[in-house]
Amino acid sequence: MKRIYLDYAATTPIDSKVSKSLCPYMVKMFGNTSSLHSFGQETAAALEKSRSTIANSLNVKPNEMIFTASATESNNFALKGVANAYKDKGNHIIISNIEHDCVKETANFLKKEGLEITEVKVNQEGLINPEDVKAAIKDNTILVSIMHANNEIGTIQPIEEIAAICKNHKVLFHTDAAQSFGKIPINTENIDLLTASSHKMYGPKGSALLMIKQGTRITPLLHGGGHEFNKRSSTVNLAAIVGFARAVELCMAELELGAESKRQVELRNKIISTILKEIPDSTLNGSKDKRLPNNINIRFKNIEGESIIMMLDEEEIACSTGSACSSPKLTPSHVLTALGISAADAHGSLRVSLGRQTTEEEVNTLLETLPKIIKRLREISPLK
Amino acid sequence: MYSEEVMDHFKNPRNCGKMDNADAIGEVGNPTCGDVMRIYLKIENNIIKDIKFETFGCVAAISTSSILTEMVKGMSLEEASKVKKDDIIKGLGNLPTVKIHCSVLATEALGEAVYNYYKEKGIEIPEDLKNKHDHLKKRS
Repeated sequence: MKRIYLDYAATTPIDSKVSKSLCPYMVKMFGNTSSLHSFGQETAAALEKSRSTIANSLNVKPNEMIFTASATESNNFALKGVANAYKDKGNHIIISNIEHDCVKETANFLKKEGLEITEVKVNQEGLINPEDVKAAIKDNTILVSIMHANNEIGTIQPIEEIAAICKNHKVLFHTDAAQSFGKIPINTENIDLLTASSHKMYGPKGSALLMIKQGTRITPLLHGGGHEFNKRSSTVNLAAIVGFARAVELCMAELELGAESKRQVELRNKIISTILKEIPDSTLNGSKDKRLPNNINIRFKNIEGESIIMMLDEEEIACSTGSACSSPKLTPSHVLTALGISAADAHGSLRVSLGRQTTEEEVNTLLETLPKIIKRLREISPLK
Repeated sequence: MYSEEVMDHFKNPRNCGKMDNADAIGEVGNPTCGDVMRIYLKIENNIIKDIKFETFGCVAAISTSSILTEMVKGMSLEEASKVKKDDIIKGLGNLPTVKIHCSVLATEALGEAVYNYYKEKGIEIPEDLKNKHDHLKKRS
């Protein structure tokens, strides 16, 4: 039997068109983009073409985005870079309480450095109320960073409204769009900084971006040869960047057509409604409607997530969990507890994330297998 | 991440389920922390004649409970109380460092069952068993 991959939110396979596009830049066209000779000229041209493609999809100018090595780097750069560059203006940053660890931990780091951090809380569905962001803005606020779509529960935040509020208050707005870019439309009009990642959208790992709108000051994390408009020195990872640009092109064409998104929404809804109907004591985590087309996150009472994942893995089905036992920290996901879910219940959560290659047949196999696994684990559990 | 032995016990847990007429029950852990283990004992002439477990927890929690029941079945209560976390880890081939506490939990659940048995029967409780029990109560 073929293995079933339902963990596209973790990472995606590289699309064959993408791998085809980047291969020449690993072997034949290897020049350093900073070199003056023809080897460098051809790769520099490919770099700028890739940049234009992606900038265009974000509706910004090519010099308003830089390539980085990961979404983690982009988020670190956005927060630390802005904090440092705006020291003269203020020292207060606002984030949400369901940000990815790379925003959360960067904010924690900055807090230790003396910055003031406010965490705006989501409601039970995992949604931020823009009015709460407005109320949290103070005279010394320099940056608001709220993720577009959550990696665990797939909730989509009202970032357009939040961005407009920030604009009115002359505060910078950053959004981590690693999970949403290429999956749902993004209006970047009032967004100053945006993070996106290649490997979440069928591109290679090792390439990501930070959109930095003109007029936004930012202090580099990496100093050196002045690459990427003097914002990120490092020899560029061109093959990964070319692949990233091709992946963006494909995702944007797909988004325009809308059929794939619609297909995933249908599969998503089928999974959610079937599980909730057929498995007792199961509850959806997050919002029913304001949700990524490919995200399902459900909790099951009295059992633990890692056991669900490993039983599914035995059946050749790959999913993910927010349970403590899956992480070295042994505390349940901060995202699930932010929704008001008890730690005990959060342990029993399962994330299923769909992708381009997901078939109805695979979904049916999951829906046949999962109830048996939940039943089996509940038989083992002393909690009834 | 997990050894073959761990996965074998996880997939085919031994002595798993509820025991209706148990002579002693021991339970440790907390749903908030993601682990609860319950051990049931059937005791005859100080020997563990039968043992069952129920576990809420991860792969390591289930497999450590399972192998423990296999190891101590047929032992005297004194022998069984001496089984250490390292015996369990050895029996399972190995355990990831972050999961070592699961093996401790298994021995604690058994220790609690034995403690409860002694207490109910009015048998003098060995010092170390009593200390472990007091420590667990303090922790919870």
